[in-house]
Amino acid sequence: MSKNLRVKSSKFVDETYRVSFKFNGSRYYGYKGDTLASALLANNIHLVGRSFKYHRPRGIMTSGSEEPNAIVQLHNNSDRTEPNVRATEVEIYEGLEASSQNCWPSVNFDIGGINNLLSPLLPAGFYYKTFMWPASFWEKYEYFIRKSAGLGKSPTTPDPDIYEHEYIHCDVLIVGAGISGIMAAKTAAKNGLKTILVDEKPNLGGSTVYQSSEHFKINNQNSGSWLEKEINEIKKIDNLDIRIRTSVAAFHGYNFLLARENLTDHLPIEQRKNKTRQKLLKIRAKKVITATGSLERPLIFDNNDRPGILLSSAIKRYADLFGVACGEKNIFLTNNDSAYETAISLIQKGIKVEAIVDNREEIESKLLYEIEKNNVKVFKGFTIVNTHGYKKINKVSLMKLSKDGQKVIGSKIDLSCDCLGVSGGWTPAVHLFTQSGGKLKFREEDQVFIPSKYSSDQISIGACNGDLALEDIIKNTPKYLKEFLNIKKTDYDNVEIFSSENKSKRNIWLLPSDKILGKTKSFVDYQNDATAKDIKLALREGFRSIEHVKRYTTTGMGTDQGKLGNMHALGIISETAGTKMGEHGTTTFRPPYTPLTFGTIVGRNVGEYFDIFRKTPMHEWHLKNKAEFENVGQWKRAWYYPKNNENMFEAVQRESRAARESAGILDASTLGKIDIQGTDASEFLNRVYTNAWSKLNVGKCRYGLMLNEDGMVYDDGVTTRLAENHYIMTTTTGGAANVLGKLEDYLQTEWPELDVYLTSVTDHFATISVCGPNSKKIISNVIPDLDLTDENFPHMSFKNAKIGKINCRVMRISFTGEHSYEINIQANYANSVWEKCMDEGKDFNITPYGTETMHLLRAEKGFIIVGQDTDATMTPIDLQMDWIVGKKKYDFIGKRSLYRSDTIKDDRKQLVGLLTDNPNEILEEGAQIVADINKSPIEMLGHVTSSYYSPNLKKSIALGVVRGGKNMMGKKLIIPMENKTINVTVADPVFLDKENKRLNA
Amino acid sequence: MFIINCPFCGEREQSEFKAGGEAHIERPKQPTELSDDEWAEYLFMRKNIKGIQFERWNHMHGCRKWFNMARDTSNDEIKAIYKIGEKPPIK
Ligand SMILES: [Zn+2]
Repeated sequence: MSKNLRVKSSKFVDETYRVSFKFNGSRYYGYKGDTLASALLANNIHLVGRSFKYHRPRGIMTSGSEEPNAIVQLHNNSDRTEPNVRATEVEIYEGLEASSQNCWPSVNFDIGGINNLLSPLLPAGFYYKTFMWPASFWEKYEYFIRKSAGLGKSPTTPDPDIYEHEYIHCDVLIVGAGISGIMAAKTAAKNGLKTILVDEKPNLGGSTVYQSSEHFKINNQNSGSWLEKEINEIKKIDNLDIRIRTSVAAFHGYNFLLARENLTDHLPIEQRKNKTRQKLLKIRAKKVITATGSLERPLIFDNNDRPGILLSSAIKRYADLFGVACGEKNIFLTNNDSAYETAISLIQKGIKVEAIVDNREEIESKLLYEIEKNNVKVFKGFTIVNTHGYKKINKVSLMKLSKDGQKVIGSKIDLSCDCLGVSGGWTPAVHLFTQSGGKLKFREEDQVFIPSKYSSDQISIGACNGDLALEDIIKNTPKYLKEFLNIKKTDYDNVEIFSSENKSKRNIWLLPSDKILGKTKSFVDYQNDATAKDIKLALREGFRSIEHVKRYTTTGMGTDQGKLGNMHALGIISETAGTKMGEHGTTTFRPPYTPLTFGTIVGRNVGEYFDIFRKTPMHEWHLKNKAEFENVGQWKRAWYYPKNNENMFEAVQRESRAARESAGILDASTLGKIDIQGTDASEFLNRVYTNAWSKLNVGKCRYGLMLNEDGMVYDDGVTTRLAENHYIMTTTTGGAANVLGKLEDYLQTEWPELDVYLTSVTDHFATISVCGPNSKKIISNVIPDLDLTDENFPHMSFKNAKIGKINCRVMRISFTGEHSYEINIQANYANSVWEKCMDEGKDFNITPYGTETMHLLRAEKGFIIVGQDTDATMTPIDLQMDWIVGKKKYDFIGKRSLYRSDTIKDDRKQLVGLLTDNPNEILEEGAQIVADINKSPIEMLGHVTSSYYSPNLKKSIALGVVRGGKNMMGKKLIIPMENKTINVTVADPVFLDKENKRLNA
Repeated sequence: MFIINCPFCGEREQSEFKAGGEAHIERPKQPTELSDDEWAEYLFMRKNIKGIQFERWNHMHGCRKWFNMARDTSNDEIKAIYKIGEKPPIK
């Protein structure tokens, strides 16, 4: 069965280097330089996959990144497996294993193929219309749809490869190394500009470099040889950086581009070890030259998707570049001269061309004469109305086109073949240009969209700018370059060009058939199985905008983003709706141009490098003492310290008891600390906090609540007056950066007259908090010189002190309700002071506790945690914290909002305590709170925000927000859970020591 | 990603900056004198126009200074950058 279709040696593949690879389990051979597609075609394999919806057999259709059909899975069941890879882009290497996608159980026998027979039942929008009802059935439908559809399999083990990001700044970036890109690169680099040239293919020169025809000559040499010399020259230029296998994925504003450089994908796997696989290039270019060429258009006719139907340009590339014949009996369907170029190329290599079916009635072309000289039959003014052959094309049927091209006339002619090349003309590859924000215009004469308005310092040149013929490229490119780069001359100003091509074209978006449209399958989007019929149905159902039609029919929504068929979709829409092209919009091409791997996107930011994390000076101590950690913002905070196989609950219960019974110690270094100085510091605090600050004496501390201008609680913390014009503010751990930003905002933009300076000192000071009835005894040993009597050092005050020679600030403040001290100390001394506290506390069973115990202890006291008990909808009044709002103050941030009609409502959600009827039942944080479960729908009153089992009260306690909760004291409410309902009573949120006796104990 | 010319530091990547909403909205000097509607006007109402928009930006991961920017929202072109307290140099 395996035939060798390698017809002619090519200088682009190395025939002395044979490579073996596997496709769908069978072993094949190709040569170094082959793509998987060219190697398969050389082995006469066309059938490589199944289509997404109808599971129709599909073959290789193109030779590049626009490929819609030949999508394969590489190295199935290995950690390097990769789905959705285009066979036309994979360079083969020894040991390559590829398999077909979209087919189950196999490409040759596919169960989903039955969808093809059912296709009259599967119109556009079928999935939307059918599987949406009843909604509860979706899960069942989905299982079967996914199993028989499937877009490849993702790997299930970690990616073993290394990826990197590289930042590049340059004067000129040139995207695409076809003939115009090469000319641009040489011109820019020779003018002293730092230039980068990227191309997605492994070799430079685009489609000109293998052009050996006598019909295209530059300076009297065939165009391929001429370009090869240019390429050899630019490789020697120092200030030109050439990156091959590099595909630009995105062209953002301000000339910021992302590209993927492939470094090892073409190597055998054992040679990839310790090498970077792919790089994401982040390029900032002063100027960008887009030279991305053009894509050949297919033609839309019945059964235009069979294996063995390829773009004419792909057939030429396989023959010229790889020396591979796609078939032994070739037929072409064309509406322009391009197919003749391919046919001539094949004939030169001894490959048989049966016929050319040309939509054009009259053709004036030197290429036509040469074809006819070679006895190839040319059917002028004909079109193909149908093709035959299930897994491979074996016959085409042609008919004559009517004068207006809307109908077929006469009788049907059948011709047998094994390969059909189609050419519908060329579409400029404007994808990157439109991504960058450029605006297109429509050129009527050959029905193409070309760049019209640029959004940054960039140009498009060559085919992507509408110069589709070689002579136009050679003529126009130097002109554009001189103007864009502001230079006087280029090496190409006097280049002579000879071309036999005739530019005439007969564009018919949807070729007519002898059947009614409903009976045809004329594919517009091959990957998603969208047909011309589907697009017309969408229009009949009222869709007009191209973006809507696209989503409804799924045209252009595959991994190829409809690179081939989008123009036809637009054409069919405008013909059907009787509007001008582009009037319904062109679809937006979104990044990436070709799919990117996740590895490339994340680069080195994986595992422990995923995000930076911050450690306190005592981090090593916590590690040594087996702490479990919790992430708070970027901080790693000790969460709890399990002992002797304790679980989290047991550890937290033990830590909580110890803190209340004797002594606990907490690393509170992560709290945000802002140093505030200036003669207006007190006035500033007055404006940013809800309570009054001017009367706070030096040496005293005060708790403050900060609101947003909308009156909602934003942050809280204790601020200490260190000196007349000097305060230190603490913020929540997570809020530190935002609070500083907000304060700076007000200082710089609203109150520039205030003499206040802010400095973040979060990292400079560490904070050690020692609490419990024995804390005083411990601190008196740690800092013997400090007078700890209540008279000298009462609650909510601060002292400067020395521990040995080290200065520290000691605050007597408490977040647990216990007698408590916070030592603030220069960060690099903190660990030694922590250890000293541990030493001095040994006799008192001083117990290190983590954030979980801290949360439990403060909940017993009903202290809120901003962000846990509050969200952005809670005012201080909602929190029952009216006492902290300075009603006499003229103004503070958010004050006016506290008496907006909405914020003074009684039935707002308010913070309350919740006690379960069963004291051992612990509520789930986030659980909904209701009053009546028999009402339908059940009215949600609020939710649980904090919940713990209190070892000190020996019962479950919780905080929650409840609509109108303030007036519900003692009322019974219900927490419905999945399998039960829990009865609770609304209580005072302060569960322990309401009289604050423990503070001074 | 824009390149933003911070008036204090020079050209930097957009990732160093934070956008801060519409510019030239002064906080009322006497909020308590305002009706609910007047306060809501200050608090909630912001323009979202196609064309030149005046906005506040903060060089958050740089000098931490706030400044104003006139930006064309239709193509993201930065038309002017000027300091807080200054009048827009363009209309
Ligand atoms: Zn700056």
